[in-house]
Amino acid sequence: MELLVCIKRVPMVGGRIAVTADGLAVDTKMLGFTVSPHEECAVEEAIRVTERHGGSVTVLTLGPPEAAEQLRDALALGAHRAVLLETDGREWGPAATAAAIVAAIRDREATAGRFDLLLFGNEAADSADYQVGIRVARALGLPCVTAVKQLEADPAGGPEGAAGRLVARREHRGATEAFAVALPAVVTVKEGINLPRYPSLPGRMRARKAPLDTAAASFTPDPLERRKLRVPTSDRKGAEILGRGPDAVPALVDLLDEMGVLA
Amino acid sequence: MTVLCLVELDEGRVADASLRALRLARDLAGPAASLAVAIAPPADPAALGTEGPVLAELGDQGVATVLLLETDGLAPGAYAPAALARGLASATAELGAVLVLAPANTHGQEILGHLAAIADLPFVANCTTATWEEPGVLTLTRQRWGGSLLEDARLAAPAALLSVATDAVTPAPAVTPTTPTVLVHRYRVEAGELDVVATTEPGESGGVALSNARVVVSGGRGVGGPEGFGELEELARLLGGAVGVSRVVTSLGWRPHREQVGQTGTKVTPELYLACGISGAVQHLAGCQGARHMVAINTDADAPIMARADYAVIGDVSEVLPVLVREVRARKERAGR
Amino acid sequence: MSDIPTRASVVVVGAGIVGNSVAFHLADLGWRDIVLVDKGPMPNPGGSTGHASNFIFPIEYSRMMMELTRDSTRQYAELGVLTTSGGIEVARTEARLQEFRRRAGAATAWGIPSEMLSPEEVAKLVPYLDPNVILGGLHFPTVGVVDSLRAGTIFRDRATGLGALRVVAGVEVEGIEVAPRGATGRGPGSRVTGVRTSAGLIETEHCVLCGGVWTPRLARMAGTHLPLTPIVHQMISVGPVPLFADTVGEIAYPIVRDVDTNMYERQHGGDMEVGSYAHRPILVEADDIPSNEEAALSPTEMPFTQEDFDPQLAEAVELMPGLLGDEAVGIRYAINGLISMTPDGHPLLGETPDVEGLWSAAASWIKEGPGIGRAVAEWMTAGRSEIDVHEADVARFYPVQQTRQHVRARARESFNKMYGIVHPAEQWESERGLRVAPMYARELELGAVCFQTAGWERPQWYASNERLLATYGDRVLPRSGEWESRWWSPIVNAEHLAMRDACGLVDLTAFAVFDVTGPGALDALQHLAVAQMDVPVGKVVYTPFLDDAGGFKADLTIMRLGPAQFRVVTGAAHGLADRKWIVDHLPDDGSAVLTDLTSAWTTIGLWGPRARTVLERVSDDDVSHAGFPFGTCRTIEVDGLAVLASRISYVGELGWELYCPMESGLRLFDTLFAAGQPHGLVPVGIGVYGTTGRIEKGYRAYGNELTPDYNPVEAGMARPSVKTADFVGKEAHLGHRSAPPAATLCTLTLTDPRVGGPEARYPLGGEPILTTTGERIEDELGRPSYVTSAGAGPSIGTHLLLAYLPPALAVEGTELRVEYLGERQAVRVAVAGSTPLFDPTNERVRS
Repeated sequence: MELLVCIKRVPMVGGRIAVTADGLAVDTKMLGFTVSPHEECAVEEAIRVTERHGGSVTVLTLGPPEAAEQLRDALALGAHRAVLLETDGREWGPAATAAAIVAAIRDREATAGRFDLLLFGNEAADSADYQVGIRVARALGLPCVTAVKQLEADPAGGPEGAAGRLVARREHRGATEAFAVALPAVVTVKEGINLPRYPSLPGRMRARKAPLDTAAASFTPDPLERRKLRVPTSDRKGAEILGRGPDAVPALVDLLDEMGVLA
Repeated sequence: MTVLCLVELDEGRVADASLRALRLARDLAGPAASLAVAIAPPADPAALGTEGPVLAELGDQGVATVLLLETDGLAPGAYAPAALARGLASATAELGAVLVLAPANTHGQEILGHLAAIADLPFVANCTTATWEEPGVLTLTRQRWGGSLLEDARLAAPAALLSVATDAVTPAPAVTPTTPTVLVHRYRVEAGELDVVATTEPGESGGVALSNARVVVSGGRGVGGPEGFGELEELARLLGGAVGVSRVVTSLGWRPHREQVGQTGTKVTPELYLACGISGAVQHLAGCQGARHMVAINTDADAPIMARADYAVIGDVSEVLPVLVREVRARKERAGR
Repeated sequence: MSDIPTRASVVVVGAGIVGNSVAFHLADLGWRDIVLVDKGPMPNPGGSTGHASNFIFPIEYSRMMMELTRDSTRQYAELGVLTTSGGIEVARTEARLQEFRRRAGAATAWGIPSEMLSPEEVAKLVPYLDPNVILGGLHFPTVGVVDSLRAGTIFRDRATGLGALRVVAGVEVEGIEVAPRGATGRGPGSRVTGVRTSAGLIETEHCVLCGGVWTPRLARMAGTHLPLTPIVHQMISVGPVPLFADTVGEIAYPIVRDVDTNMYERQHGGDMEVGSYAHRPILVEADDIPSNEEAALSPTEMPFTQEDFDPQLAEAVELMPGLLGDEAVGIRYAINGLISMTPDGHPLLGETPDVEGLWSAAASWIKEGPGIGRAVAEWMTAGRSEIDVHEADVARFYPVQQTRQHVRARARESFNKMYGIVHPAEQWESERGLRVAPMYARELELGAVCFQTAGWERPQWYASNERLLATYGDRVLPRSGEWESRWWSPIVNAEHLAMRDACGLVDLTAFAVFDVTGPGALDALQHLAVAQMDVPVGKVVYTPFLDDAGGFKADLTIMRLGPAQFRVVTGAAHGLADRKWIVDHLPDDGSAVLTDLTSAWTTIGLWGPRARTVLERVSDDDVSHAGFPFGTCRTIEVDGLAVLASRISYVGELGWELYCPMESGLRLFDTLFAAGQPHGLVPVGIGVYGTTGRIEKGYRAYGNELTPDYNPVEAGMARPSVKTADFVGKEAHLGHRSAPPAATLCTLTLTDPRVGGPEARYPLGGEPILTTTGERIEDELGRPSYVTSAGAGPSIGTHLLLAYLPPALAVEGTELRVEYLGERQAVRVAVAGSTPLFDPTNERVRS
């Protein structure tokens, strides 16, 4: 199977996020960058599919030249090819991002054949727009399942003319929702679908030398115009200590009773 | 002018998340616009009834119109996001809705995502506040980084879609209740829109769903190991709640990922969040900041969780929890509950 | 958050291994009301301790570091957090194998077990290592790993258990309050009055900075400066390693240091940690370290920069192909860990010179942490520590060595030498020319090859003297060994011989010069010096200063220039520490004042049998032996300059130290140089002054022979009688005089430098002295015998070694061995005690 995984380079933030002096960006001076967690799982899932069914994994990102680092991370794990849609570093909105990805996919499919499965992270760690994968699916006329926590791809199944089928599962309010769709399809996955592997040293060494396909992407502004980023303030003053060890339990149970959760 | 809000039902009532989204939708509708809701997945019209709790609840929220989306090939209660989004697009056009809101959960956002693509509209996810700066221009705040960061922004668009960060908005009834009108809106799907339909399988836990549990008993590394979660499960059962875990617990393989609370896990909005042996990494706190009360049990009085919890017991989970379970059980028995 | 004490006897800032150790040892020594503050949570507040690889190799090139490591290892063992794994350094080059032989020698000197291994023997101990990649290994069976966080917790618990310590976590130090020191004659400066924290003010007179990479920022809060920079050390953890799946505990295989690639591999449970010092030096500013809240991992676990590490992957895989080349084994953790670097690689210990009560215990590795904690606590309590830590004295840096540029340049330069083969005389490339003599340009014209000391450029020898090599032939003791020939030239020995034959001109501008003046000056110096200071004006006194235990604290000359004016002259390297020692002992009433004149005066040494003839040509003053006796000083006129002449010598020749203002130094140099030409005067470098000239005379050097753990009786420097006036260390000194010494400083000669081959080999210092049967030698106090100084004795015609020996061996004619490069060379005790080998009756200096 031929798989495409779209990933995003995001800063590896700590507990409190620092904002630049102008309030318009996350201060990344002292931060590393990573692939968004949901997308790390998408890469892992794609590699597992090819390990099982053969084929290859292409990773694609839209980002600054430095996003090559995240593509190499994916290559080190076992992705086969990487595409960098290179931006000038400005932040793209979801609609423009989806459009650029669609164009790149059409471009590649015209020469290299169709992708059977397109994987996205359910939402990016930073912007959490929850729509790029859906917009891409709609534009390409493909079925789309989001928030997927379990995936079984079968290249042999599916109706006549399909590239196979997949069953995707997710949780919604305590129940499992299952979707069976024909391939090609778009799936956006959530962390927890798998435990992503770590790169091996030989993997890193290969990724270091691997070629990247790079194409320029020209910026389209988003209707959402940022005014300011800020860290939410908390008016909490710290916990009232009920006591130490098991001796504190009666006080705790009284408290639970007051809260009305013992009923 | 109409503001439309997506509403989901939960065991015959309006889901809590939907009530939160409705609050922001109503504020945006104001006196000038009409507030409509679309029930998705659509309920059986017969089940709603005019005297039913759902209509009364929606009336308490000031809803003027209740839309039941109907199309061939999709039974009431069935969930097909692409089709439902088509129905919403059709209803939006018919009502002339300028805003469509939905709770920022899987169904709400998925449908808004499709709607955004169909109608070519901007979709702003995880909004915590939104007000009109002028007609066609919204001033809004939305969560980024799972709520660790807020973005104040301006959105100039004739029509837009907003998902509502449910942990940041508190539900409230309207000042003036209404009697909603129920309309059945029939629409036609396009090719492929019925190809993705959910089949519901019973949840593995069989217990209370984490996302809308009233009580979440959550465990971190301080629980000590997978065996320590037995007490947490028992306490959750006694309190009618669900078990949650921190990311490290799933990474260590102690518990399944579906129980993970946090930025990349489930976001919860319980009455009580009981954090057992959780140090309180901000990525975790992002998932439980919507809790009404937070209580921490931790050996370390200086752990970050202490700054966020309302109450705390300093102690080892393995020592405190068995006593707590015993005491809660005894108290409930005494009260005959 | 926390309620904090408003008053403390001492505030320890930083709860890493050092801070916890300081807190415990202070408590153990009787301190109470100690407060330990850290901005992070316990037990891992987020400093460098938290991400340390936690292994301990016992071997070091510096004796101080070795002793601190030894003490720390003992403490870790006592705390129950030490696991002995063994450790192997592997060689990929021949040069490294030779280095291992030197290293094994150092290990022998210090009683550290070590063994050279063949590649196959290495592979037997480390089955996943490819023996074909290496030429051999050096095995240290006592290498171990420790749980440094656990050690910190136990330290805190013990101190808390003594009722001595309050730990305040999650509270940030925001300021260090100081007040003016007051009119004590100690010069400008301040003293600690309190520590301002995010939870309130703690009043205290003592603050110990144990904040590792944050200490520069903390020091600034008190208005002073600590020359330290955070620098990145990259580390990755790779796993799960199948081979380790069934091993018990944290480590079952020896740690491997792949020193030629600047990397190490260390089992950590199911993973293999691979650390590197091979990547480009990555410096970080203390102010840029993220807070605990903002850091993705911890503040000192900075984001891994993959591209810096990538080039090293191949070498790691090459060494352990099966294990690290396993596709199923992944990089599970990777950090740019922050560690502390100082300009000379040593820790920063002791009270800061500018701020009384502000102590530093910074720039420690895990392997020294507990020992440093003990040493600093002892120092704070008793004024000295059992382990001599003067090399790490925070007061050792001149202002030019404390600049940001200097610290960063040196950190950058030394980073990749972490596992380097570093020659003891190796010179820095960066930050040269910071302090130069007024005659520096002239010296360069003469071909000066400069070595740097305390920032000063000092000619070590002059290329223009190469012509002398023909004159002296084999008397210059030519060297063919590559190692001893590094940073050395036979010209040094030629200059030596020329000086002894005629005379030499030595640039001594680097001397530290202080005036102690005022009505209390005599009493103040009398209180410090072993020698009588109440001498006539115009006398020059050579004296040690002792510490309370009677060990050497300083070694210097003092000229009495007036009834209330004394000029103290000491070596550049120890100038600042000596200055602090004097200032600390000045009276509180301000009756004596120290003025630092180092930058005001230049010094030129003129020595040799013709020195008087040369001086007479340019001065009308009476410089005859009768008119200007040995051990006196006075101002004379030299070619129109007022020059303070002091008739003493460190090279055992007739002559003077000539002092004049910096601005006249060039003229004085030129005048003397020109006047000397007809008399065979040559410029002479520090190679002669610091080594060959003094070693032939058996003159001791501070830091080599004169250290706090030896005393004047052992060094052969006890005077016939002890002055009646009281002085620091007097009681101990009297005790030392009343019993036979446990060791005596001896001069040894190499019987035959050719051993194990046709090549003559010359030890450079630090080598172990062994018995003829190869046994280590220790005195009754457990101090090993090793070469404290080594150098040529061109006038004697042999290579000379100084070493302390126990009484039974400190007998002239005793045959011994010195281990050098894995070979044992025969040596003989030529002198036991202080009688010089050259000119034993000192006729030259008194001629």
